Amino acid sequence: MYEFLKNLDRRWIFMLMLLAVAIPILFELTFPEKPTGLAQAVFDEIEALDPGDKVLMAWDFDPASEGELGPMATAFTYHCATKGLKLYYMSLWPVGPQMVDDNIANVIKTDFPDLVYGVDYVNLGYKSGNEAVIKVIITDIRGLYTTDAKGTSIRDIPMMQGIENIQQMDLIINISAGYAGTTEWVLFAVTPYPDIRLVAGVTGVQAPLLYPYIPEQLPGLLGAIKGAAEYEKLVMDAYGGDIPPERKNKYLKGKLRMGPQLIAHVLIIVLIIVANLVYFTGKRRGEVS
Amino acid sequence: MKRLIPLWITAVAGIVLIISYFIPPLQSWGEDAAIWFDVLAGIAFILGGGNILKIHLKKISDRVPGWGFSVILLTAFLLTLFVGLSKIGVHPNPLYPTYAWSGYYRQNGTPFWWLYEYAFKPLTASMFAMLAFYIASAAFRAFRAKNIEAVLLLGTAFIILLGRTFAGVWLTSWIPDDSGFAGLKIENLTVYIMQVFNTAGSRAIIIGIALGIASTSLKVIMGVDRSWLGSGEA
Repeated sequence: MYEFLKNLDRRWIFMLMLLAVAIPILFELTFPEKPTGLAQAVFDEIEALDPGDKVLMAWDFDPASEGELGPMATAFTYHCATKGLKLYYMSLWPVGPQMVDDNIANVIKTDFPDLVYGVDYVNLGYKSGNEAVIKVIITDIRGLYTTDAKGTSIRDIPMMQGIENIQQMDLIINISAGYAGTTEWVLFAVTPYPDIRLVAGVTGVQAPLLYPYIPEQLPGLLGAIKGAAEYEKLVMDAYGGDIPPERKNKYLKGKLRMGPQLIAHVLIIVLIIVANLVYFTGKRRGEVS
Repeated sequence: MKRLIPLWITAVAGIVLIISYFIPPLQSWGEDAAIWFDVLAGIAFILGGGNILKIHLKKISDRVPGWGFSVILLTAFLLTLFVGLSKIGVHPNPLYPTYAWSGYYRQNGTPFWWLYEYAFKPLTASMFAMLAFYIASAAFRAFRAKNIEAVLLLGTAFIILLGRTFAGVWLTSWIPDDSGFAGLKIENLTVYIMQVFNTAGSRAIIIGIALGIASTSLKVIMGVDRSWLGSGEA
C-alpha cells in the first residue's frame, strides 16, 4: 500500500475528484445552510430599498466563472425583481452582457413577464476601460453610454430619463470574477463618493482580498458558492413561497452545488492527510530527507 | 522624439488626474482624461487583434513547432470577428428599421450567438472546471507538514475547507450555541480567521501595494522610470 501511494498515478486522483463531484450532482445531494452575517448584510441592504428604487447590477464575470457566480446572479435578479426595483445592468467584462442576457431570460422573462424592457430593466452593455469606465460614469453616465447593449439610444429608454450618473443609484450590486471588479468599484466609486452603497458577490479566490473593505466600503459580501447558497436561503425563505416546485430549483443552484463542494473539500483533506502519512512513513524508513 | 512625446503625454495625463482629484473645481479635467483612456482602451482592441495576426502569421510562415494551433486560433479569431462585425443574420432594431446594422449583435439564432453559446461558453467553462482536478493533484503532492509554519498553514486550510461546507457545522454541532466554547465551532472559527487574521494580513499587503504604486507612478510621471517605453527596438 505504501509503495502504491508513494508512486500514486495522478489519474487516480483525477478519477476520485470526478466521482466526488459527479455523484452528488447526479443524486442532487444537498445540505442545510446557515446564513452568515455577511450574507445577511447583503440581503438586508436590498431589503432596505423601496419599490421603484434604482439598482445598478454590475455583472463583471464571464462563462468561465458562471458555475461559481451564476447562482448568486440569479438570486440577486429574483430578489430585486420581486421587490419591484428598477434594474440597470452593465458590465466591465466583454462577455458580461451575455451573462446579463442569460440572467434576464432565465429569471425576468420566465418569472416576471409583466416587467418591461426599458421601463423596469435595461442592459446597458459593456464598455472598455475597466476602472476608467467607473471613473467616468460616476459623474457622467452619458459620457460613455449613448446606447444600451442592443443599440437603442439612451434617449429612447424611459428608465434612463433623468439619469445623469450612477450616484443616483440607490444601491450597486456587483458580481465579480476578477479585474475589473469589486476592488475597482470600491476604489473608484465608493471611496470617493461614500454615500454610494455597494454589495458584492465574488469568486472564492477574491473574497479574502475584499475583507479589508468590510463593513464601511462594502457592507455585504457573498463569497463563492457558499455565499450564494446562504443568500438563496434568505431569499427563498422570504419570497420563495409562491414559486412552483418545478421552477424553484433554478433558485437553489447554489445549495445544489454545495453538495459536490462538500465532498470535494473532504476529498482534498483526505488526500493531504494520506500524502503526509506517506511522507512521514518514508521519513521514518529513511527514504525521504 | 519617439520617446519624448509618450513621456510628455504620461506626465500631463498623470498630473491632470492627480490635481483633478485633490482640487474639486478641476474635477472635469480628470473626467475628460478618463474618457480619453476609455477611447484608447477601445482602440487597444484593434492593436491587440493586429498583434495576434502578426505573431501567429509569422509562426505559420516559419512553420515553428505547433504552427497548426496558430492556424486554428486565426481561423476562430477571423470567423468570430467576421460574423460579429458584419452582424450576419441580425434583424434591424425595431426602433430603427431603416438601418440594416442597427440590430443586436447577439440576437438569438445568429451565427455569432451560436459561436458564443456552443463554442465559447462550454470551452471556457470546461477550462475553468479542470482546475478542480489540478488542485486535488497539487494538494496530494505539495502540502507537507514539514515544520511549524506548514502545520499552521495546513490546520488553517482544514478549518476553512470544512467551514465552507456543512461538514464544518456537522462536526462541531455538539458544542451548544450558547456555551462559552461556541467560538470553537468550525463555522465560527472560519469567520474569525477570515475577519481577523486574513483581514489584518490583507490590509497590511494592500497598504504596502498602495505605497508601492504611488511611488512607482510618481517615478513614471516624472520620467525617472522609463522602462515601460521598452528598449526602442522594433
